[in-house]
Amino acid sequence: MEYSHSAKLDIAELSCSRDDRQLFSGLSFSLQRGQVLLLEGSNGSGKTTLLRILCGFRPADGGQIYWIGQPLAGSSYFADMAYVGHADGIKKELTVLENLRFALALSQPGHYSIEQALQKVQLAGYDDNLVQTLSAGQKRRLSLARLLVTHNILWILDEPFTSLDKQGIELIETLMDDHVKNGGMVILTSHHDLSLSHLSLQRIHLDSCL
Amino acid sequence: MSLIHAFFAIVRRDLLLAFRRRAEAANPLFFFVLVVTLFPLAVGAQPNLLQAMAPGVIWVSALLAALLSLDGLFRSDFEDGSLEQLLLSPHPLSVLVLGKVTSHWLVTGLPLLLVAPLLAVFLGLPEQAMPTLWLTLILATPLLSLIGAIGVALTVGLRRGGMILSLLVLPLYIPVLIFASSAVDRAASGLPVTAQINILLAMLLMALVLTPLPTAAALKMSVN
Repeated sequence: MEYSHSAKLDIAELSCSRDDRQLFSGLSFSLQRGQVLLLEGSNGSGKTTLLRILCGFRPADGGQIYWIGQPLAGSSYFADMAYVGHADGIKKELTVLENLRFALALSQPGHYSIEQALQKVQLAGYDDNLVQTLSAGQKRRLSLARLLVTHNILWILDEPFTSLDKQGIELIETLMDDHVKNGGMVILTSHHDLSLSHLSLQRIHLDSCL
Repeated sequence: MSLIHAFFAIVRRDLLLAFRRRAEAANPLFFFVLVVTLFPLAVGAQPNLLQAMAPGVIWVSALLAALLSLDGLFRSDFEDGSLEQLLLSPHPLSVLVLGKVTSHWLVTGLPLLLVAPLLAVFLGLPEQAMPTLWLTLILATPLLSLIGAIGVALTVGLRRGGMILSLLVLPLYIPVLIFASSAVDRAASGLPVTAQINILLAMLLMALVLTPLPTAAALKMSVN
């Protein structure tokens, strides 16, 4: 069986504490292709921490994470996922095009070419602009364009709607919609309510996972 | 894409970034030239004394210039989230780190190599020691970048890591300083320098193989 058809993320009994404070424990869920997981919770409830554990930046205090049935370290997980965090991960001294080319060099090429991706995030024509001349919302859209040009199945998005206007939010929702319809998965945190009614949306409230 | 492609993409990107922040990138070189030129002014016009001090002065200045340039190695990547993206790349982080260190050396080490002979003439270093000075700089400046990278990777997560960075890295720089300046010193007196050069070469080869791994591990810890 082709691995990409059966891609699946399984979290079992994950727990994490910070400075003697239990953030969450016994957290279990699984995510399949075509599903979106929305993490909710009050400030400081561990949403970002959970995402950083899923990115492998910090170890969990307990529990397992499996990608297609294998522990992360031995799987193709890091080739199949992409993360956009609070920091955009783009260089302000480089142009839009240079940033995307670099992202592409570090990863496998994805569904869209750079031109198509810029078109999709409405940054077409900004190719040769230095990123420092872009507005905060445009930077955010550029960091999301990175998700389109590289190969990935799982998107991990930490507050993707920050500094976006109404149209920007709709745009990101459309992108997530397309991604999920093509068999992708999305895990995100957000204070906005998502209007992805027809998608299979899971919600986890971290405050109730103690 | 392939690993080689990713390696060169990093080198190219960092060179481009250094070019876009020229003023910042020129700082270590400026510092190097400044320190070396101040010595004759402070010590006075005593050709014999300056000549005797030349290897030490050049090498101490080069080492401090390298130390000064280190913090920039991962700082901006750490702050704007690029480092997280590097960590998430499916390529081995140690190779990507080696790419960053390579471009760091091209930006900060190579210019020292080019101006050092001029400054050596300025201090009256005998002509016969020039090839050795060059050779030690070629071998040892990449060594300074490679060793320093471990220290920067460990301290990049700290808000004021500068002091700790110096304390961590300077002891490791001392063997480099001793062998490099003694090689130039011996060459100036017309003695053979094969042993010192061989040791520097061995240290460089070892550092090329061994330092990217702890640097990558330290970066993972810092991002945590």
